[in-house]
Amino acid sequence: MLARRIIPCLDCDLGVPGGRVVKGIEFKQIRYAGIPWELAEKYYLDGADEIVFLDITASHERRDTMLTVIKKTSKNVFIPLTVGGGIKSIEDARAVFNSGADKVAINTAALKNPNLINQIADRYGSQACVVAIDAKRRYESVEGKEIVKTPDGDCWFECSIYGGRRFTGIDAIGWAEEAEKRGAGDIMLTSMDRDGTYDGFDIELTKAVSERVKIPVIASGGCGNPDHILEVFQKTRAQAALAASIFHYGEYKIEDVKRHLKGRGIHVRL
Amino acid sequence: MIAVIDYGMGNIFSIRNALEKVGADVGVIAQPKELDNADGIVIPGVGSFGEAMKQLLPFEEKITSAIEDGVPFLGICLGIQILFERSQESPESGFGIIKGEVIRLPDNVLVPQMGWNELNIKRDTDIVRGIEDGDFFYFVHSYHCVPKDKKIVIATTEYGTEVVSVIERDNICAVQFHPEKSGVKGLLLLKNFLRGIKC
Repeated sequence: MLARRIIPCLDCDLGVPGGRVVKGIEFKQIRYAGIPWELAEKYYLDGADEIVFLDITASHERRDTMLTVIKKTSKNVFIPLTVGGGIKSIEDARAVFNSGADKVAINTAALKNPNLINQIADRYGSQACVVAIDAKRRYESVEGKEIVKTPDGDCWFECSIYGGRRFTGIDAIGWAEEAEKRGAGDIMLTSMDRDGTYDGFDIELTKAVSERVKIPVIASGGCGNPDHILEVFQKTRAQAALAASIFHYGEYKIEDVKRHLKGRGIHVRL
Repeated sequence: MIAVIDYGMGNIFSIRNALEKVGADVGVIAQPKELDNADGIVIPGVGSFGEAMKQLLPFEEKITSAIEDGVPFLGICLGIQILFERSQESPESGFGIIKGEVIRLPDNVLVPQMGWNELNIKRDTDIVRGIEDGDFFYFVHSYHCVPKDKKIVIATTEYGTEVVSVIERDNICAVQFHPEKSGVKGLLLLKNFLRGIKC
């Protein structure tokens, strides 16, 4: 049986010379957390199952900086490495793979050009193609959207692009299904309502998507403590949990989180 | 020098970095004649069996003769599959150095298998020294190997069926998972392979 994965996410601001890992709150405020490859190596040694780098630099004229970050990281980190943020084409993806990344995460480019999913999956395999979805709850009813019952009322989930700066009107559940059909290997599902709040994952969102697709769903957004990870693994079919802040500022070590989970019956790699 | 064969099937950065991390002098080889100086040979690779066999055709003679001469060999992922006689994936023949075939993972599980799964150690040999039953390794594959001679099976992994994950016969070692992506245990396996090779 495959282990459920714990994935630290490193949001990288490459506007700073050499790059810095930062963490936003609800997609806005910024706090510095460290040097990308140093933090990645620390998490690898702490037992992370995968590392995600997201390039959140406002302007994407610094692709070479990201490629340098990937090269430096892959010298010392021997677990799968996923890179996202600003990948617009198969050529962008190739540059990232050729620097040592194992997977690319695409969001905006996939929504604008869904065929990019097919292209990456055909050329590099499904395992190399992660589709990232940033979803926001919408409580006003709109025709044709999938309604999900939540303790806060019925809602649907809208996909956003450009790091949460623009909305698309596209239903996140339906989009996840399409991404799977096109060859995505994982769905990285971020709740925009929970991101940076420390209130726990959006269980209803994660449950709805993970019951719809067969491919692994990576729950993201809102993780504030190990019990939030336990909750999302117990209540949904999510195969992985992504977290940033709880690891960045030394509150919890990945190994301790995994022991916590294993002690409660979750199948993890220790 | 450990020769890592670059035949255009997937990136070789990870395996090169991992071998260097555990102390190997690595040469990435794109020409068959460069194999003459190899103290060990590694074939990595991700992709389709048929395409791999086409790309490996120029290397076939050198690889098989090196293996016959006792040069330590490590096959990874596609690099284990090409040792077999044939695969359900493509009509092309494999090297046939190991008797048996490569078949598709069963329908009752998600294919490809992607992620961390456990080894069940069947036989304790040097290649799995320090690796225990239940240790996790990182897998990405849609097909798996079925050797005729079960004695060569060192470890298996449960994924819808019993998947052969490590084989060893004389100087040939091969694994279905990616040791270069399997954390410290993966590096340990590479270190085990390097033991006894001067490089």
